[in-house]
Amino acid sequence: MLQDKDRIFTNLYGLHSPDLEAAKKRGAWHLTKEMLDLGPDWLCDQIKASGLRGRGGAGFPTGLKWTFMPKEVRERPHYLVVNADESEPGTCKDREIMRHDPHLLIEGCMVASRAMRAHKCYVYIRGEYIAERHALEKAVKEAYEARLIGANNLNGWDFDLYVHHGAGAYICGEETALLESLEGKKGQPRLKPPFPANAGLYGCPTTVNNVESIAVVPTILRRGAQWFSGFGRPNNSGTKLFCISGHVNRPCNVEEEMSITFRELIDTHCGGIRGGWENLKAVIPGGSSVPMVPAGQIMDAYMDFDTLRDLKSGLGTAAVIVMDKQTDLIKAIARLAYFYKHESCGQCTPCREGTGWMWRVMERMVRGEATHDEIDTLLDVTRQVEGHTICALGDAAAWPIQGLIRHFRHEIEERINRYRQPRALVQGAVIAAE
Amino acid sequence: MALRRFDLEAGGDSFAFRSETEEKIAFWRGKYPADKQRSAVIPLLWLAQKDNNGWLSEPAMREVANRLEMPYIRVYEVATFYTMFRLQPVGKFHVQLCGTTPCQLRGAESLKDVCTKEIGKAMYVTDDKRLSWEEVECLGACVNAPMVQINDDFFEDLTPESLSAILGRLRHGAEVTPGPQIDRVNSAPEGGTTVLTDASLFDGSRTRVALLPNLPKPPEPTPEAAGLPQAGSPTITKREEPASKDIKS
Amino acid sequence: MSDTYKLNIDGVEVEVPKAYTLMQACEEAGAEIPRFCYHERLSVAGNCRMCLVEWEGAPKPLASCAQIVGDLRPNRDGSPPVIRTRGAYVEKARKGVMEFLLINHPLDCPICDQGGECDLQDQAVAYGRSDSRYDENKRAVEDKNMGPLVKTIMTRCIQCTRCVRFVAEVAGVEEIGMISRGESAEITTYLEKSLTSELSGNVIDLCPVGALTSKPYAFNARPWELRKTSSIDVMDAMGAAIRIDAKGDAVMRILPETNEEINEEWLSDKSRFVWDGLARQRLDRPYVRRNGKLHPVTWPEALDAVKAALSVGADQIGVVAGDLIEVEQAKAALDFFRGLGVRNTDCRPAGAQYGTSGVREHYLLNPTLTGVEEADALLLIGANPRVEAAVWNARIRKSWLWGNLKVAVIGEAAELTYPYTHLGTSPEALNGGAVRDFFKGAKRAMIVVGEAAACRSDGAAILAAALSMAQETGAVSDGWAGFGMLHTAAGRVGALDAGFIPAEGGRATKDILGGALKTVVLLGADEADLSQLGPAQVIYVGSHGDAGAARADIVLPCAAYSEITATYVNTEGRVQMTTRAVQPKGEAREGWAIFRALSGVTGKVLAYDTADELRTLLRGRTGQNTAFSGRGYAPGSKGVPALLAAPPPAAGGLGNAPFSRAIADFYLTNPIARASRTMAECSALATSLDTAVAAE
Repeated sequence: MLQDKDRIFTNLYGLHSPDLEAAKKRGAWHLTKEMLDLGPDWLCDQIKASGLRGRGGAGFPTGLKWTFMPKEVRERPHYLVVNADESEPGTCKDREIMRHDPHLLIEGCMVASRAMRAHKCYVYIRGEYIAERHALEKAVKEAYEARLIGANNLNGWDFDLYVHHGAGAYICGEETALLESLEGKKGQPRLKPPFPANAGLYGCPTTVNNVESIAVVPTILRRGAQWFSGFGRPNNSGTKLFCISGHVNRPCNVEEEMSITFRELIDTHCGGIRGGWENLKAVIPGGSSVPMVPAGQIMDAYMDFDTLRDLKSGLGTAAVIVMDKQTDLIKAIARLAYFYKHESCGQCTPCREGTGWMWRVMERMVRGEATHDEIDTLLDVTRQVEGHTICALGDAAAWPIQGLIRHFRHEIEERINRYRQPRALVQGAVIAAE
Repeated sequence: MALRRFDLEAGGDSFAFRSETEEKIAFWRGKYPADKQRSAVIPLLWLAQKDNNGWLSEPAMREVANRLEMPYIRVYEVATFYTMFRLQPVGKFHVQLCGTTPCQLRGAESLKDVCTKEIGKAMYVTDDKRLSWEEVECLGACVNAPMVQINDDFFEDLTPESLSAILGRLRHGAEVTPGPQIDRVNSAPEGGTTVLTDASLFDGSRTRVALLPNLPKPPEPTPEAAGLPQAGSPTITKREEPASKDIKS
Repeated sequence: MSDTYKLNIDGVEVEVPKAYTLMQACEEAGAEIPRFCYHERLSVAGNCRMCLVEWEGAPKPLASCAQIVGDLRPNRDGSPPVIRTRGAYVEKARKGVMEFLLINHPLDCPICDQGGECDLQDQAVAYGRSDSRYDENKRAVEDKNMGPLVKTIMTRCIQCTRCVRFVAEVAGVEEIGMISRGESAEITTYLEKSLTSELSGNVIDLCPVGALTSKPYAFNARPWELRKTSSIDVMDAMGAAIRIDAKGDAVMRILPETNEEINEEWLSDKSRFVWDGLARQRLDRPYVRRNGKLHPVTWPEALDAVKAALSVGADQIGVVAGDLIEVEQAKAALDFFRGLGVRNTDCRPAGAQYGTSGVREHYLLNPTLTGVEEADALLLIGANPRVEAAVWNARIRKSWLWGNLKVAVIGEAAELTYPYTHLGTSPEALNGGAVRDFFKGAKRAMIVVGEAAACRSDGAAILAAALSMAQETGAVSDGWAGFGMLHTAAGRVGALDAGFIPAEGGRATKDILGGALKTVVLLGADEADLSQLGPAQVIYVGSHGDAGAARADIVLPCAAYSEITATYVNTEGRVQMTTRAVQPKGEAREGWAIFRALSGVTGKVLAYDTADELRTLLRGRTGQNTAFSGRGYAPGSKGVPALLAAPPPAAGGLGNAPFSRAIADFYLTNPIARASRTMAECSALATSLDTAVAAE
């Protein structure tokens, strides 16, 4: 178990005040000017050395991403945009940062902006997080008033931070859709290239980072890259916020070190699986977009990028959705299929048409109203969506279904068999009763 | 996502922002460059919805378009794309019930039954105009599932009974308390947390570090010398590469 | 660094510019790439996913329309990237996309107007499955109103957004959008309002499926039944390339053809939808007025009546040519009347102050239509290109969008679809300092005088001032003839070139129509003010029963532009020819032939028996390298020397009366358009919208 002294988000549960004074006592805004003074190269090098990988799902090395920004600021200003559009089902970690530790985020924004030579940062927070937005706005105001940020601030790097909000669209978590939305348009992902580092917000060089990726930065710098990289297995370093939901005894958010085993994570923090470990059926280990992993494979697996990738799943946002043996997995995945249908932006063909198709077939499969060869058709449809779309939503819609069929095909087949059993009398009785 | 259309009849012909909203409009517009005012469209539509009893009417949408000098069709696209913009009237308290898998796993469907029973079908406004509900997608409070959002507030860790009680209180104008409806603080585990109990995290000892580590030039102080809190080896457990046979059971 | 890049496409090595899209590169290598959303004149959307190709080593197929060649990495060994546009991998990807496009597309091809010219249909042959694996209900989408021209069957829509991009980017009116999202996404105008663009019909051509079709043409014909004739449009002075599709004797529809130098591939709504006017209100036999009523007569009777009417003495005869007159008719008429000694001939609107200087460049759009893409500053004087030359307006907008062009206007502050500096409403603004400031720093300035500006009492002064300014500001300089006139009538420049102006001492249009003459001949001159003719005998030669025929004592029916092979000269001075698509109506004859026949009756027989002979004469007679000596001539920078000479002297100064509109109603500018029901509907709609705006 991660010791308290190595936790970055020390007010994760909001047991203490989120205000500036309290945050400072917990270590925020300490030595910030010193960090900023060391300049972009040092900042990027440190974050690269820490092994921090993006916490928004894709796991791209954060320090490396920063270095994609132009080395000089020309006529177009640079922007940092923080992705706080936390909408991946199962994920609710950034929310805690914004409402309980907002100063870590604000400080992180400033440091990251320095690293990419940006003077302006927008935090795009999902529309539904209204209390979280107010909490963040309050903290931003405090930081301005304390002259920690703003023009001519005490930290010596002119920096403005603006909170922006969305209005209910999962797709805005995709970085270019987020930029479109921030520009006042529909959240439809852009074609890449050009990548945001070349042409992002308002056509200017932009980096989009997840809230958690940014908020851990100041602490990493204060404690040293090697401190952070000391956690977890190589290439999977650091501490990570896990969101454990579903069929555990005590669902919660918790900061743990990377590469903790699933069993240790659940036993230590969540009071075990509902009905005991024997009752575990499957786990979606990284938010709804990654394929599920059956109990036998996940129980003692390390919760990190590489292990879960080898299990044909992914760490994603580390949103662990636990499903016990009483779960109707087909229904659970059908609900996700509905989610993706609902959230498809409608821009490109495979996703617009495919998500609806997949959902409708899944709904029938929940009832068993299908044929065995339709399972293969469904699998084929997921492959026709996967990899053929502008953004990753197509992939995200395909993978949960692929995971279900990969591991629990027999359940679908049984459901179909049951539905197709002769039951004319029963059906007749139902019809007669209506 | 279903078809979304303005309720033109209920929307009437006109809309005006409340005078106290002007300050907020200025606040939002101030965040974006002068030639990029279009960025403010979502916040302004949201304010318009607030000033229009929780839903966005067609005149309200036009007002926003006019203020930002945007073509109507572009604002119309935005208003219909984002599901938080409700294009038909809702109750004074509008319940958004999260139905996505994490909430579904923990009983969202029984909450739906409660809403149907106590309010009616989705988007129906009760006769007293106080309540309406709809099922929405993941609201991002999954460890506190199942949950609903009522107007601006999250109500978490619900049971059919607790939701029913909340709806009853809202109907009668009584106070309700947002947040978890069971014995837990925010997203901490039910019954209390076992982590983040170390008092030294909160007493200011973390600010005793005088120098950043890894400075480009020597001297490079050891973490101990730099006075990191609770100097000592960090909680690193040696982890081995997983044997592939363990994984593929 | 080299600007080109080597690629290996299907085993063929090609070297293409780095800025090319992969789709262009593939086409260069001879591969055909299917597409729906991509259109070379619109921004890249990359949303249909039909153009996927394989890049060896990439995890996913690439949308070739959106991939810039320069962004592809070479292979590790430095060899060019390997692209495959064929093979199982690509085939599978495209078939998948096609299947998705078809699952919710209705199977109503037999009743779809796009049938036979539908991209989806064509490509389904190549990439479609023979059976459907989609067992769910198909999506139905409500049809939308887009006005009287565009019919919508939105269930067929594949959300390619070409129409959205066209109206926003080319037409410059943001009126179509995609609302909602996911599979509920719909293309619509704002709350079903009609489109207000003059270019709206182009979305019909752009729509790759049958979602947007032509409302007037609905269920009229199948493409394979139609006889297709390439011709020239005469609804404005641009001379857009068109294709006239006819079935039997009837024109069924008009479509644009590509002419990069004039209309690219767009067409204005008037040019596209005027065709029903070709079948209505037609003069199909000669008439003579007896006892106040027009009675049908035979041609010989009519010609005799004309002969009698012309026996009043040459100075008592006046001839006015109208907007649609073709060069052949103008030439034959002029030869005929000059032969009679008539000096009162004019082809210009009343009050016109141009066309008499003897310098052709004084009345042409010398910088040419494409020139606006090279220009960096454009001053419009009393001209509204949006209604006077709608397709050219889109080109001005394009130039502005690219960031090359700034525009200023002296005249009515109309909505032009691009921003401009409004320097004033009356000619006086030409004297101001603001106008000179506007040209500061401009290297390729362009000054365009509208026809309305040249038809006022101070028109000559305006033209002279504009030309002087062009000389002063460098708008006319070596290699750049930045001065010109924008005409509104297809026949004007050709008639001017043919010399259809008052002879020495002759009367101009206003005088001819002023009631002083005994016999007035109108050659399709329906736009002129005929109220002051007094007791004059009127001979009307034209195709449609409009204002002129109503006043006429003798009516000679003449073929319309779709029925003749004839010469037109556009506002640039470009000589082009129409092609006969259908036969003239009834007993109507080609214009020149009517005057050839008349010359037989009057005894001074014209020197040509066929149109070809006439045209040979036309070219030979003018001799020098001007108007008719070669087809396709547009002056461009060749006009510079003529424009550098001193402007023609102008009496009087610049007035302060505001410029008026050259065109009051875009949809009703000529007899054919006024005969069209479709145009009437468009006009009524536009008027009601104007009234609504005024009321607000």
